Amino acid sequence: MRFTEDHEWLRAEGEIVVVGITEYAAEQLGDVVFVELPEVETQVAKGDEIVVIESVKAASDIVAPIDGEIVEVNEALVDKPGLVNEDPTGGAWFFKIKVEDTSEIDDLMDEDAYKDFIA
Amino acid sequence: MAEQELRTTVLHALHLELGARMVPFAGYEMPVQYPTGVMAEHLHTRAKAGLFDVSHMGQIALRPASGDVTDAARALEALVPQDILGLAEGRQRYGLFTNDAGGILDDLMIANRGDHLFLVVNAACKAADAAHLRAHLPDDIVVEEIPRALLALQGPGSEAALSPIADVKQMRFMDVAVLPSVFGDLWISRSGYTGEDGFEISVEAYGAEPLARALLASDEVEPIGLGARDSLRLEAGLCLYGSDIDLETSPVEARLLWAIQKVRRPGGDRAGGFPGAERILGEIVDGAPRARVELYPEGRAPMRPGTLLFADPSDGEVAGRVTSGAFGPTLGAPVSMGYVRSDLAKPGTRLFGDVRGKRLPVVVPETPFRPGTYKR
Repeated sequence: MRFTEDHEWLRAEGEIVVVGITEYAAEQLGDVVFVELPEVETQVAKGDEIVVIESVKAASDIVAPIDGEIVEVNEALVDKPGLVNEDPTGGAWFFKIKVEDTSEIDDLMDEDAYKDFIA
Repeated sequence: MAEQELRTTVLHALHLELGARMVPFAGYEMPVQYPTGVMAEHLHTRAKAGLFDVSHMGQIALRPASGDVTDAARALEALVPQDILGLAEGRQRYGLFTNDAGGILDDLMIANRGDHLFLVVNAACKAADAAHLRAHLPDDIVVEEIPRALLALQGPGSEAALSPIADVKQMRFMDVAVLPSVFGDLWISRSGYTGEDGFEISVEAYGAEPLARALLASDEVEPIGLGARDSLRLEAGLCLYGSDIDLETSPVEARLLWAIQKVRRPGGDRAGGFPGAERILGEIVDGAPRARVELYPEGRAPMRPGTLLFADPSDGEVAGRVTSGAFGPTLGAPVSMGYVRSDLAKPGTRLFGDVRGKRLPVVVPETPFRPGTYKR
């Protein structure tokens, strides 16, 4: 698993990258009450704001961590936004992106580097 | 403001011990939530009882030199549109400091404590309120800022949790009393800011932490932060000063006419005689162009403060604006409050809020949520 400075985690599965937010991010957000996901088959560029996430405190955006095409979104979050707090790095993934080359994510932080980043 | 050192309440160390996340609020460092989080704290308060530190709020005594509380009441009526002369000893009512333009300087609680009046005002306004009182009340009314701590205990389990400490069973909603306890004399009102039954308890600083610990020792009572305090009051339809009411909003626009007793309205024996009376009495007769309403979004997306409201799903002019908006844990849905054109304020009216460029439906509720646990 790799991590961005925007507190997203990425996990490569073949040519697909699964994206969610870290436990640290979920805790900072507080109870999540609303999630709006992108359309499947959307082309996204790194940095695009593609998910809206609202907690009891405020609205925030989740950006695409990498260029690619959205191939699947986690509809379960729409009905049960609280999953983001319960299982941020498992059941509460947000979207899957098809990328040219999954090795691109190797440059991102590994778990140790991310732990240092949030320390 | 950012440079200014934050003040703390006498319960600061207890908040940290309880694992609170602290934030700056009205010049104080205050707990926004404890480890269980806003949602759980909110639900716990409605189910059992929640303890809030509201020591940042201002407590002010108005003491008449004559010793006759009616002198203080008569003087205060020059600054608020409430009936204070008619407020019985041992009773409290909601009040408003108005300005000459008919806007609201602050909202407050006013209690008749027999030989003086006791006010509880908002933290962000307390210095200005005290200055306002000193500037406008006659010299024979002493304005005394009271440096006591203030705790709020809210929820259906409040009476059971407080009773072993002070004999509050005989108190009704909006009663005030001074009751002895092992933590010193407690100045208690049966009121609050959650829509639930409960108490606000003024206590000498030395007694505050032991009192808080004694209440938290009850299985029913959990500490609650400012986050849930806001969602609780919003669900209950209560205004937040600085968001839902301010210098621009009149009490009539804010739909707070219930707080202006008949004796101060047109035709009453003491009609007017408070700042902004011309506008406010005029709006009582002729109506106001806009009105505060509660708003229930139909979808799941919260409509936050600043969201523009429209009567039409696709075009037309702006018809209103959201002033408070969040997720209501008890409703299990988003809840907002805002101002709309008066013709759109009727219960059942469907409006559209612009959320990230999409106009999403939102309704003025026919029967807004009310917990209804007040002990009348």
